[in-house]
Amino acid sequence: MDPLISLDSSSAGAETKIEIRGIQKVYKVKRESGGGYDDFVVLRDVDLDVYAGEFLTLVGPSGCGKSTLLDLLAGLIPNSGGEIRIDGRIIDGPAMDRGFVMQAYALFPWLTVQANVEFGLTIKKVPKKERREISSHFLELVGLTSFANRYPHELSGGMKQRVAIARALAFDPAVLLMDEPFAALDAQTRETLQDELLDLWEKTKKTIVFVTHSIDEAVYLADRIAVMGTNPGRVTELVNIKLARPRKGSRGSAEFGWIRRRIWQFLQRLEVPEEDLELAPNAPSVAEVIDSRVAL
Amino acid sequence: MGVERAVTRASLMSQSLTEAKTVRGSLRPIVKKVLRVLGDFLRSFAIIFIIIILWEIFPKFGWIDPFLLPAFSDVVSGFYTLLKTGEFFKHFNVSIIRISCGFFGGLALAIPLGVFMGWFKTFEEYVNPLVEACRNSSVLTLYPIFILLFGIGEQAKIAIIMWGTTWVVLLNTIAGVKNVDPVLIKSARSMGIRDLALLRKVVLPAAIPSIITGIRLGAANSILILIAAEMIGSNSGLGFMIFYFEARYAIPEMYAGVIFLALMGLTVHEILCRVENRLTAWHEKSIYFGT
Repeated sequence: MDPLISLDSSSAGAETKIEIRGIQKVYKVKRESGGGYDDFVVLRDVDLDVYAGEFLTLVGPSGCGKSTLLDLLAGLIPNSGGEIRIDGRIIDGPAMDRGFVMQAYALFPWLTVQANVEFGLTIKKVPKKERREISSHFLELVGLTSFANRYPHELSGGMKQRVAIARALAFDPAVLLMDEPFAALDAQTRETLQDELLDLWEKTKKTIVFVTHSIDEAVYLADRIAVMGTNPGRVTELVNIKLARPRKGSRGSAEFGWIRRRIWQFLQRLEVPEEDLELAPNAPSVAEVIDSRVAL
Repeated sequence: MGVERAVTRASLMSQSLTEAKTVRGSLRPIVKKVLRVLGDFLRSFAIIFIIIILWEIFPKFGWIDPFLLPAFSDVVSGFYTLLKTGEFFKHFNVSIIRISCGFFGGLALAIPLGVFMGWFKTFEEYVNPLVEACRNSSVLTLYPIFILLFGIGEQAKIAIIMWGTTWVVLLNTIAGVKNVDPVLIKSARSMGIRDLALLRKVVLPAAIPSIITGIRLGAANSILILIAAEMIGSNSGLGFMIFYFEARYAIPEMYAGVIFLALMGLTVHEILCRVENRLTAWHEKSIYFGT
């Protein structure tokens, strides 16, 4: 059987959307004793290509700089070396070719749901009629048409994040940057939103860079996982996930469990014996295990 | 009144509970509504009615010296006389002009300055100690200086009211602008918003609740200062009027002035509360008690 993961990051024939080359991010930190500042290296020499239409997840322990890398991609903070290109153009600030979704939703509480979705379009100075059409379309896409005139405080966490995603999609960016968007949600809502996001991704063909600390989430969503390490923050492993799509219901499968364990090993930086690199071909799936127990 | 609103809300809740228990076809909805409004009204003003009744009875029966506290009806007829002779309006108009100039002048100064200071944080760091010092110095102790600078005329009174309004509005505006949720700013910035649009579309709307709180406090201050300033050095205005009646032993008229000012304060407060509610409808509502 085909290997479930592979470590070669060459994706044959795929068009590169984002090129990250030798990116550094250094903060000045005040020295504890004496004067002066020390350099604190958040990211060192990060090289990464993101392919057009790809779903890439960044996973790593806290402090590995995954959110910093996303902020750099968004152009929200300056880098300390290297460069990031999108479609060959160097990023020098935020722009509407990238949409940003945060864990904290960041909806504007004084605007209705619809006006929130239209926020980027008003910056773009899209005429009102057109704005209405676009926002209605995306509200429909995230299933919140009937909430168009509500205010954010009237919505649940899951609904708020749907609005935030609709807002980021509304101005039609090529790339969607998502910083632990589902981390504040309860487990069930989170899984629902993961499926909805995959759905949206297939419909809109966006390139998605998704930061998470949940291995489970990373495996479920990704075409490719960039595993990051700390001190200094860097990409330690690039893993192609060859789990068949659609993945709904695959969470309980042996394949899924095996990939999750492998990613966990990468994160722990464990030495893995050679034979452990492939899933035993005849291993029963979890479903089969449970079935046989019942039969006994 | 805020109290009234809270009570109304609470009574609405209990109402719906009792309604659920005693659903009968005989009571028409309109009758029910009238009864409910009447009930709310009685509840809200019950204590005030009782006090007015006591105010009427005590002096009438001689339990309180009617010279010190004339019966409520005498106060009302005193007020009626003031209205009829036009003496009241003479003072009222003067006061209104003073407080409008001072209060709105203060707002016109404080809000733009506050936005500026909240936006440019280094500037704020330099100026903040001065602002705090000005805000915390008792306004009326400065009145002699204002009289010295502006003379005994209108300017001194308008200036001191402006002074009393400015600082609290300024500080609340600065706080509102400075404390905008950074996540909202980050989110807007990620869409490539420009500074001026960020100010207009994100920072100002987010700061409005804080600014309005400042305006409400400033309004209360300005009434207080108006009356005090008119009592200290003036020959017209409501503050002067109250003092003047007291000196002339026109006690019912004096009480009429005091009650009118209380009602005026209440009205201003109520209007501003409504404006606040209207403009901050997006805030998570909690039933709030007291005002």
